[in-house]
Amino acid sequence: METTENALHQHSENHGGSWEGATSPFNVSYGKLMMWYFLLSDAFTFAGFLIAYGALRFSSPSWPVPDFVFSTAPFGIHDAPLIFVTIMSFLLIISSVTMVRAVQEGHRENKKGVVFWMLLTIIGGAGFLGCQAWEWTNLIGKEHMSVTTNPFGSHVNSGVYLDEKGNPSSETFKAGASYLMHKSEEGGHDGDHSEGHHALAKGDHPNAFVDDAGFIHRKFKVTSGPNTGAVEIEEFGPKAFGALFFFITGFHGFHVLSGVAFLLIIMINVASGVYAARKNGYEMVEKIGLYWHFVDLVWVFVFLVFYLF
Amino acid sequence: MSHKTYEESKKAVVKGLFLLGFVTLIEVFISLFGKGHIIPGINDITWLAYPVGLIIAILSIYKAYFIIYEFMHMAYEVKGLALTVLLPTSLLIWALIAFFQEGTAWKARREFVKEKNAKTIEPSKGNQGYLDDNSLFRL
Repeated sequence: METTENALHQHSENHGGSWEGATSPFNVSYGKLMMWYFLLSDAFTFAGFLIAYGALRFSSPSWPVPDFVFSTAPFGIHDAPLIFVTIMSFLLIISSVTMVRAVQEGHRENKKGVVFWMLLTIIGGAGFLGCQAWEWTNLIGKEHMSVTTNPFGSHVNSGVYLDEKGNPSSETFKAGASYLMHKSEEGGHDGDHSEGHHALAKGDHPNAFVDDAGFIHRKFKVTSGPNTGAVEIEEFGPKAFGALFFFITGFHGFHVLSGVAFLLIIMINVASGVYAARKNGYEMVEKIGLYWHFVDLVWVFVFLVFYLF
Repeated sequence: MSHKTYEESKKAVVKGLFLLGFVTLIEVFISLFGKGHIIPGINDITWLAYPVGLIIAILSIYKAYFIIYEFMHMAYEVKGLALTVLLPTSLLIWALIAFFQEGTAWKARREFVKEKNAKTIEPSKGNQGYLDDNSLFRL
């Protein structure tokens, strides 16, 4: 025993005033420190995804305009750019705030308070997931966006759409304007952006071309740029858009889902008195709190990159 | 851990809620303004996208700072812990610059290839794949 202490003493002398193994240099528990480092690595994963989105967007001559793509909301609301995602952001902000309250009540060893605020946090997270489910359903089911198909395109030149006889109509557009290609078998749904042009047979028409998958590529006459006067058809938007959207928001949504699952487990443990017995100010609630705030933090950047830019 | 009393920290939470909500609303407003939804036609000014993008990026970074420092209590942790998290994150600044530059280069390259593919080449009338003595490079 004595020799060990001597050895330790010598060891610390050799290294000047370095850590002697008695107190934590970061003044934080192992669990919390490791949660911070897990979040750091997770931040790099998300950053990799978002930077990939940026690089591919920069490399593409055209890109779907977010305030056109994300302009629908439940209950038949459309042409309301970014309104629905703003509501989703608020849900996450509010659930982050209720999480802070849960941690505060934990420091006071107030079991009922922790359970109450965690329950509100879980409801907020579940609400966010519900909104995301609606958003995805609308994009996939009604607007036919998928990982490999992106019907949201944008015009490179100005032009004028052709009517049923193949003559220029009164419907004009400017370079950079966005469009959504519809499928021929359906009419105007809640989620759709514009009306008409449904129930067309496959093949060539004076005003459109319907491909094998049923997408209607509307025809138009170019009125600006080097191809002025040529008749062109609407093309699919950059393929990467759909893949990036579903992978990145899906990855974030999966974080929210696992966050809700862990919050639920920890809330049940709090209610059963497991953490009260530990007498460490409900540290487990603090740890899941760190994770939950991180999910909100990532959303700040997903929101910025996908919806605001 | 915060050094505030319970009542003070409860007030700080409400303050944080309004701050984040307010900044988010401002961001959405500025984004829609830049896209021409508030004043129609303003999005025709091409340079407008840069200040608008810069402002919403700064506001988002401010939100991130607030979440990390207040909600995640980084402000009350030991400086060394904060640095072990924040310094590696700062490497991303270079990743941003490098990959956006890369993306721009891909675009230029694609346009270059497209331009070259569109060119038609006149077949030469003389012997092909044959160089006479006068046009040989002498080293």
